[in-house]
Amino acid sequence: MSQMELASGPTADPARPDPARNGRVIVYGLVGLIGLALAFAPFLFQDVRAGQVAARICVFIVLVASYDLLIGYTGIVSFAHTMFFGLGAYGTAIALKQMGAGWDAIIVGGAAGIIAAALLAALIGVLSLRVKAIFFAMVTLAAASVMLVLASQLSGITNGEDGLVYQVPRLFKPAMKLMTDADGKVLKIMGVSMNGKITAYYFVFIASALLFWAMMRIVRSPLGTVLEAIRENEMRAEAIGYKVVAYRTAVFVIAAVIAACAGILWAVWLRYTGPDTTLSFSIMIDILLMVVIGGMGTMVGSVIGVVLMSLAQFYLKDLMQLAASATEGISVLPHLLEPDRWLLWLGLLFILLVYFFPAGIAGTLMKKGNH
Amino acid sequence: MTEPSLETRNLTIRFGGHTAVDDVSCAFRPGELTVIVGPNGAGKTTYFNLMSGQLKPSAGTIFKAGHDITGLSPSARAKAGMGRAFQLTNLFPRLSVLENVRLAVQARHGIGPRLFRKVGSFASLAETAMQHLEATHLTAVAHFPAAALPHGDQRKLEVALLLAMEPDIFMFDEPTAGMSVDEAPVILELVEKIKHDTSKTILLVEHKMDVVRALADRIIVLNNGALVADGAPEEVMSLPIVREIYLGIPADAEDAA
Repeated sequence: MSQMELASGPTADPARPDPARNGRVIVYGLVGLIGLALAFAPFLFQDVRAGQVAARICVFIVLVASYDLLIGYTGIVSFAHTMFFGLGAYGTAIALKQMGAGWDAIIVGGAAGIIAAALLAALIGVLSLRVKAIFFAMVTLAAASVMLVLASQLSGITNGEDGLVYQVPRLFKPAMKLMTDADGKVLKIMGVSMNGKITAYYFVFIASALLFWAMMRIVRSPLGTVLEAIRENEMRAEAIGYKVVAYRTAVFVIAAVIAACAGILWAVWLRYTGPDTTLSFSIMIDILLMVVIGGMGTMVGSVIGVVLMSLAQFYLKDLMQLAASATEGISVLPHLLEPDRWLLWLGLLFILLVYFFPAGIAGTLMKKGNH
Repeated sequence: MTEPSLETRNLTIRFGGHTAVDDVSCAFRPGELTVIVGPNGAGKTTYFNLMSGQLKPSAGTIFKAGHDITGLSPSARAKAGMGRAFQLTNLFPRLSVLENVRLAVQARHGIGPRLFRKVGSFASLAETAMQHLEATHLTAVAHFPAAALPHGDQRKLEVALLLAMEPDIFMFDEPTAGMSVDEAPVILELVEKIKHDTSKTILLVEHKMDVVRALADRIIVLNNGALVADGAPEEVMSLPIVREIYLGIPADAEDAA
């Protein structure tokens, strides 16, 4: 047998040359690495800011993936995703403020937020998912604006624009000693104190991982295929016997509930909830960009989109500071690389990404979308 | 005579000033294959759209096995056993051929409370889907996206979806349109096979006269939205209006000749 024949082996199917396989390996490899990095984030990245970034990435992966269920899998355009995120966060925050820093407050407040999100999503879905996509998008935009106004106006409960600052259960407080050494001091493992910060991070990480896993199950279930069928050809999905409005409403409610869960995690992690951290439209735009950059209709794409965008938002300025000082003395470059111009470079980065990865990074690499 | 499985009474739809289907009353019975003929724009596809629910009539009623289904959605009609294959290929382009058919099987058989299990673990769904792909000679391309198929195969997939719905009323809208001479028999054989089951009602829009002759039990003729002829094939084929439509001979030309 010649070398050539050996090389072609059983994996090379002449009828189905699979350029997408390499892409899948890259994407899943990348996502696996990100997962590992997040799993050991407190040990790998020990400064405070990195911890903040890691937790934000965990929560936003859930938020963006749940948005992808709508826009990428089912083809529903909604601008109300931050509203559901906010309901979860505000529910938890208000309960923690009113009832004190206990688990009962998180459970009661979180449940209230989730139920409110589910009811509101069902209402919006039933009333307006029949109409054309553009009208539905407008309805969600209106609902989200109303929620934003409510949050800042009902200052008796929400403390308005200032937002709520509250205590969290003792388990998550930095002063909590998770493990102690012989002298009763906080034990350090690999230089990391085993205190409430660690438990809070792993609470966020494990809950996010479970929610993400649940969403992977949904898209790989028979329901997932129906959602894609609705995106692909709504009329035919209806013609072969699927109640399109019912499926759309169901996925809208599911996505809303998961967004509310992400909101609970965010509220517990930040120990602060305000319009700017949950409800603002700049977060909605972040979510949209993350989903597009990662690749619509690919759950794993949201992981890549969130990580890339978060790193850019948090570290591009630092990087430019470095670049600006490195290019000092050269005529125009230091001015262009001035850290205050970071948004310009972020914009440029997006344009390049969209140009080279028209279906998003994961989508293009896995050759899933050609639209 | 058996009870009609499908019936339209005074069915009418107007688009602005144009009446696309004009007061059509017609009943279809199980075990009968009815071919619907008529010139382009006669309202054949619109008539189908009204029966399968894509369009709501301006007037008139549709009955399935005696029940008024005029107000039902397309999905409810599909669940009630009405299956439709479309004239213009109407698939899920980015899903694989197998997924396309499996969706129809799933809609028919349901999956009950096991909604969140991995779709691959529903072996019976995929098996049934594969049987339909075999019947339509599509097993070799099962894992291709539907959009990547050549036209003839897309037409076959269109029919495979209809088979997978396991309806008792089959509505074929020009199933062989644009197919090559050696592909069309696959579809026609399938139609013939369905015909052997006398519990099924088949409606077929078709232009090819040899096909019509070979399959039809009955022919109805639509012209300008109105039902202008209805009867046994030989009878209808010899009517002046049909000759005019299909042979381009004006009704009075023969007499003159």
